[in-house]
Amino acid sequence: MKSIKAKDIHDGVVGIVMQAARYLPDDVRSALKTSLENETSDSAREILGQLLENADLAATSGLPLCQDTGVGVFFVELGADVHVEGNLVEIINGAMVEGYEKGLLRKSLCHPLTRKNTGDNSPAVVHVDIVPGDKLKIKHMAKGGGSENMSRCTMLTPAQGWAGIKEFVVRRMAEAGPNPCPPTIVGVGIGGTFDVAPALAKKALFRPVGERNADPEIAAMEEELLAAINELGIGPMGLGGRTTSLDVKIEMRPCHIASLPLAVNVQCHSSRIKEVVL
Amino acid sequence: MATYTLTTPLRDEDLLKLKVGDVVKLNGTIYTARDAAHKRLCDQLDNNEKLPFELQGAVIYYVGPSPAPEGRPIGAAGPTTSYRMDSYAPRLHSLGVKASIGKGKRSAAVREALQKHVGVYFGATGGAGALLSQCITAAEVIAFDDLGPEAVRKLTVKDFPLLVVNDAHGNEQYAKPNYDL
Repeated sequence: MKSIKAKDIHDGVVGIVMQAARYLPDDVRSALKTSLENETSDSAREILGQLLENADLAATSGLPLCQDTGVGVFFVELGADVHVEGNLVEIINGAMVEGYEKGLLRKSLCHPLTRKNTGDNSPAVVHVDIVPGDKLKIKHMAKGGGSENMSRCTMLTPAQGWAGIKEFVVRRMAEAGPNPCPPTIVGVGIGGTFDVAPALAKKALFRPVGERNADPEIAAMEEELLAAINELGIGPMGLGGRTTSLDVKIEMRPCHIASLPLAVNVQCHSSRIKEVVL
Repeated sequence: MATYTLTTPLRDEDLLKLKVGDVVKLNGTIYTARDAAHKRLCDQLDNNEKLPFELQGAVIYYVGPSPAPEGRPIGAAGPTTSYRMDSYAPRLHSLGVKASIGKGKRSAAVREALQKHVGVYFGATGGAGALLSQCITAAEVIAFDDLGPEAVRKLTVKDFPLLVVNDAHGNEQYAKPNYDL
């Protein structure tokens, strides 16, 4: 059994929270560059150029990439042989609050009805999976509201199958149009229960752009969806072009014989993800 | 597609010449307001209270900036998605607001209001908050301080880069998806 101190977790999480807001991950930056090379329309090239310039400027100026520094979402892989000295969820939330304050990040959470801001970006959203081993991996996503608003989930019938899934996902992205800040990254959760499918869709977004699902059949489905979404022609910022989405990620698991749960979690081009391993 | 340099307050003759796809470099004063501030502004109108800024000729920027670092007027300051303000926008245009700045599609009611009252909807690049911040030279909270990032701010902008997405003639610049919606 390995013991991990609360302070080490806290410091690690403060660090990734502050960095995620300012540094666009290499996989996303590289995908934007490839898109810029592939686009022929002036507006698409102009937008993609601005996004790359914005990423450079954020890294050097210390300003966040986007003013919407998001909800603090965390996916934790907790080794079964790890003992955390404290309440892991509370430690992560406290560190997230400190990171948003020190990093001059926008506090974007509020009461759902009165709309009163919670003032410190709390509470963090924390998912914990127990995995084999003695490591603690904490993956952070600063999830913006504009793209989250374009996300949907549904309960299809088993008869609808893959055709129904494809129809729902592509239609959703067509309806979303310019709203979620394309080029987007699309997370798709298939299976589980009503609550699990959206969590799978969000988890899918943590996989680097360009990396396919390890299952070749699911990998082929990802490529089929990506091609269909890019056929829509929505393009960067909705102004037309070949790049509507940079990638599609699918996570799948078994479901009830009566059900086919499906969730689409939309991520904007500013996919801010950072992890720490302790 | 032309490029224009405009200065606030905007006048009808400025806006009537703009066509979708035109680029505008905006100078002068603009006001920030997003969801919660729009609700308060319209509550003030309902109660015949004085608004925190003059609506006639005004440009409203849908943004909730991140906190300003030392030595800068404002943090990252890119547009938020505009459709959430669609239920308020026609009323504000009827009272003299000339333009809004955001990202994403507007409703039919907003597009009609732009034609009826001579207004324009500008798009700014979503997710380019650090870059757009460079065109803001001054910022001051003028109302609803308790709303934090959603407070109304008076911004001074220099050559703020905008695209005409909906013009005063009923046109829209967004690509129509290859899909039968």
